[in-house]
Amino acid sequence: MSFRMPNGAKVEDRPTRRDFFKSGAAFATMTLAPGVTLMAFGGSAASAAVDAGKRWGLLIDTSKCADDCDACVTACKTENGWEGNGDAERDVQWIRKVTLKNKATGHESSMPVMCQHCESPPCVDVCPTGASFKREDGIVLVDKHICIGCRYCMMACPFKARSFVHEPVNNQKPHAPRGQGTVEGCTLCVHRVDAGGIPACVESCSATGNGAMVFGDLLDPSSEIAQRLAEFPSVALRPDLDLNPGVRYAEI
Amino acid sequence: MKLARIFLALCIILTGGALSAADGVGPNIPQATGEPHPEGNDYMRRWHMEMLKHDRDLTMYLGVRPADASLSECFECHTVRDEAGTPVTVEDERHFCRACHDYTAVRVDCFDCHRSTPVDFDEPALHAMILRGPQFRSWGADDPEVLLAYLSQVMTEPN
Amino acid sequence: MAIDRTLYREIPVTNGLWASAAVLVAFLLGAFASFVYVEHHGHIVTGMTNQIVWGMPHVFAIFLIVAASGALNVASIASVFGRMAYKPLSRLSGVLAMALLAGGLAVLVLDLGRPDRLIVQMTHFNFTSIFTWNILLYSGFMGIVAIYLWVQMDRSVDPKWTKPAGLAAFVWRLALTTGTGSIFGWLVARPGYDAAIMAPLFIAMSFAFGLAIFILVLQGLCRLADTPLGQGTIDRLTRLLVLFVAVVLYFTAVQHLTNLYAQEHAGFEAFILKEGGLYTTLFWGVQVVLGGLVPLALVYGRSAPVTAGLARLVSGLVIVGGIAQVYVIVVGGQAYPMELFPGYEVSSSFLDGEVAAYAPRLPEIALGLGGVALALFATGLGAKVLRILPSNLSDHNLPG
Repeated sequence: MSFRMPNGAKVEDRPTRRDFFKSGAAFATMTLAPGVTLMAFGGSAASAAVDAGKRWGLLIDTSKCADDCDACVTACKTENGWEGNGDAERDVQWIRKVTLKNKATGHESSMPVMCQHCESPPCVDVCPTGASFKREDGIVLVDKHICIGCRYCMMACPFKARSFVHEPVNNQKPHAPRGQGTVEGCTLCVHRVDAGGIPACVESCSATGNGAMVFGDLLDPSSEIAQRLAEFPSVALRPDLDLNPGVRYAEI
Repeated sequence: MKLARIFLALCIILTGGALSAADGVGPNIPQATGEPHPEGNDYMRRWHMEMLKHDRDLTMYLGVRPADASLSECFECHTVRDEAGTPVTVEDERHFCRACHDYTAVRVDCFDCHRSTPVDFDEPALHAMILRGPQFRSWGADDPEVLLAYLSQVMTEPN
Repeated sequence: MAIDRTLYREIPVTNGLWASAAVLVAFLLGAFASFVYVEHHGHIVTGMTNQIVWGMPHVFAIFLIVAASGALNVASIASVFGRMAYKPLSRLSGVLAMALLAGGLAVLVLDLGRPDRLIVQMTHFNFTSIFTWNILLYSGFMGIVAIYLWVQMDRSVDPKWTKPAGLAAFVWRLALTTGTGSIFGWLVARPGYDAAIMAPLFIAMSFAFGLAIFILVLQGLCRLADTPLGQGTIDRLTRLLVLFVAVVLYFTAVQHLTNLYAQEHAGFEAFILKEGGLYTTLFWGVQVVLGGLVPLALVYGRSAPVTAGLARLVSGLVIVGGIAQVYVIVVGGQAYPMELFPGYEVSSSFLDGEVAAYAPRLPEIALGLGGVALALFATGLGAKVLRILPSNLSDHNLPG
C-alpha cells in the first residue's frame, strides 16, 4: 500500500496488518503479552528483556534496617525524580520507612515499604482501563499512557503503594516519566533491572553498610534471595490476603 | 457557489497570514542538527506516532529498551534554543513538536509525563504550578514583592 | 370507577421556571469553573489527598447514581408490578432516572485525573474490574430507559411492549446498583469494605434515595406547572418511602452487626460507631436518626394522610441522611488506617496508622453541586420539551 504526498512524492506504506497476519508472527506476538496494542510492524521481540521464567523480588531483613536510616527513600527520590514538598498528605511516596510495633509484645521493627509486586495484585484487578498491569517477570507497573487517574487502584491496594500526582510535573528523569493526573508507584527500578542492574534502593542500602535489602530472581534456586528465603523465616505484609507478593520481610 | 469560493479564499488567506511561515502556507519547522533520519522527513512526519507507540509498547510490556528509540534521544538533534542558547520546553511555542502540532491543532499528550528537553538540561518551573515547595521558597516565592516581580516578568515573555 | 384519561403536557414557561433555571445554571457555571481550575493546577487545590483519594465529588456522584436507579422504581412499580396508581408518573420517573445518572457520571468523569482520556476508557476495557462493568451498565441504562420511555410515549407502539421494556429496565437497574455497591464490596484491602452485603445495601439505598428525590421533584414540577397533585398520591409515595427507609436501616444493621462479630474489624467498627468524631456523628445523628428513625416516626406515627409539607420534610431528611451515609461509607472507609500486618501498629511518613483528615475545599464541593444542578436542569428541560408530566394528578383521577 502506498500513498501520494501533496507535493507528488510517493511514500511506501508500512507493512499492513494483512502482511503481518500472513507472516504468521501474529500468533506468537499476541500470546506474549496481553495488552500490547501495536505489535503489527514485524515483531522485533526477539531480544525482549522480560523473561517469563524469572520472578523479581526483594527480601528485607528488618533486623539490619536502622531506625534512623532512610537511604533507600533518598535513593529512590533521586533516581526517579519525586522529591517532595514537605506535604505528607499530597506528596508522592513510592517508598517510605515504616515502623511496625507488635501490639501484644511492644517489639518494634523498622522497614521500607513500597509496592509489593503481588502475584495477584488487587490494583490490576480493579483498574478500569488495564493501565495497572503485571509484567511477565512479576513487576507490577502503571501504563501511564492509558491511566485515567480514577484512583481506584489506590483504594484497592492494601499497602498504600500507589500515589496520585496532584500537580503539574516537569524536569522528569528520562527513564521515569511522570505527570499530573496519573497514578504511580515503585517500579522496582524496571529500567535498571532490564539492563541487568539492581534497584536504586537496594544499591544504596548496600552502600550504607547495613545490607538490609536483597534483590533477585525468586524462581532461581541459586540466587541469594531464593536461598535466604528457603533457609530463614520470612513473611509477607497482609498475609491474610494471600496475595503472594514479591517483597518479603524477615525478622519482623 | 461564487460566495462559497470567496469565503474559502478568505479563510485560506486569513489563516495563512496568521502564521509566520517563511514560504507562505505551512508550519515553520525548526532546523535539526545531526544526521537526518534514514527513512526521510516525509516518512517521519507521517509515521512518527506509530513508530513511537510501537517502541513504547516494546519497552513497557517486554522491557526492550533500544537506545535510539528513547524520546530523549530525539532531543539530541531536535532541540530548539532561545536567544540565550537555553533549550525551550514544550510550554514555549518555538518547541520543535509545537511547530507542527500547533499548526495542525493536534494535541501532544506526551509531555504531560515525558520531558521535552535534552537530558542534561534543568527545566524551569511550569507556569501552572502552585508556588510551594523548597525550590520556590529558595527564591523568595512567599515574599509578595518577589512574586510580583516574577509575575511581571512572566507577562512580558513571548508566548 | 371512571377516571379521566391521563393527559401529559409540557410544563409552561413561567417566571418561576426561568428563575429555577437561572439558579441551576449558576451552579453549573460554578462546577465548570471549578473543573477548569482543578484541571489547570492539579488536584492539589482540592482537599483530596493520597490517603483520602475519593472525596466530595465521589460522595455526590455515588449518591446521584444510586438515586438514579431508584428513581426508576416508580415506573417499575407500574409496569412490572401492575400498580396502576403509579402509571401516570412513569414518564417522569424515567426522565428523572436518566437525568440523575447523567449528573452523577458528569461529576465522576470531571474529577478524573485525566478526563481528556475518556475515549481511552471507552476503548480499553479490563473485564476483571467492576468499574468497567459499571461503565457498560451505566451506558446501557441510558439506552434501556430511553427505549422504555419511547415505548410509553410513542402512540404508534403497541402498549403490550411496556411490560417487557419495564422488566428489562428493572432488571438492568438492579444489576447497575449491584455493580455500584460492588465497587466497595469487592475491595479486599479495607476493613470498611470487603463485604458482600454492600450490593443489597446499595439496592435498598437506591429505593429510598430515588423515591425521596422523586417526591421532591414531582412536587416542584407540579408547582411550576400549576398541576393539581392529590394527597392520595403524596400519601402513597411517602408511605412507600419510609418502608424503603426501614429496609435500609435493616441492611445497615446487618452490616455492622456482622462486622462487630469479627475481631479483625473491631477497630473499624469502634471508629465508625464510637470514636470517629465526625463520622460517628454523621452515622448515628444524621444517617440513622435524622435519615432513618425520624422519618419512620413521622409517617408511621400518624394515621391521617401525609400532607405535602410533611412529604417534603421526610424526603429532605432521607436525602440528607443518604448523603451522610454515602459520606461515611466512602470517606469513612478511607479515613480509617489500614493494618499493614495484623496485630501490629503502624507509623510512617506516609501517615500510616493514623486516621486520615479530610477537609473538602470549594472546588470539589462546587463540582458535586454542579452534578446535582445538571440532574435537576435536565429533568426540568425534559419536562419542558417532552410530555412527561400529567396534567391532572388529583385524587379523583386515581384508579382505586
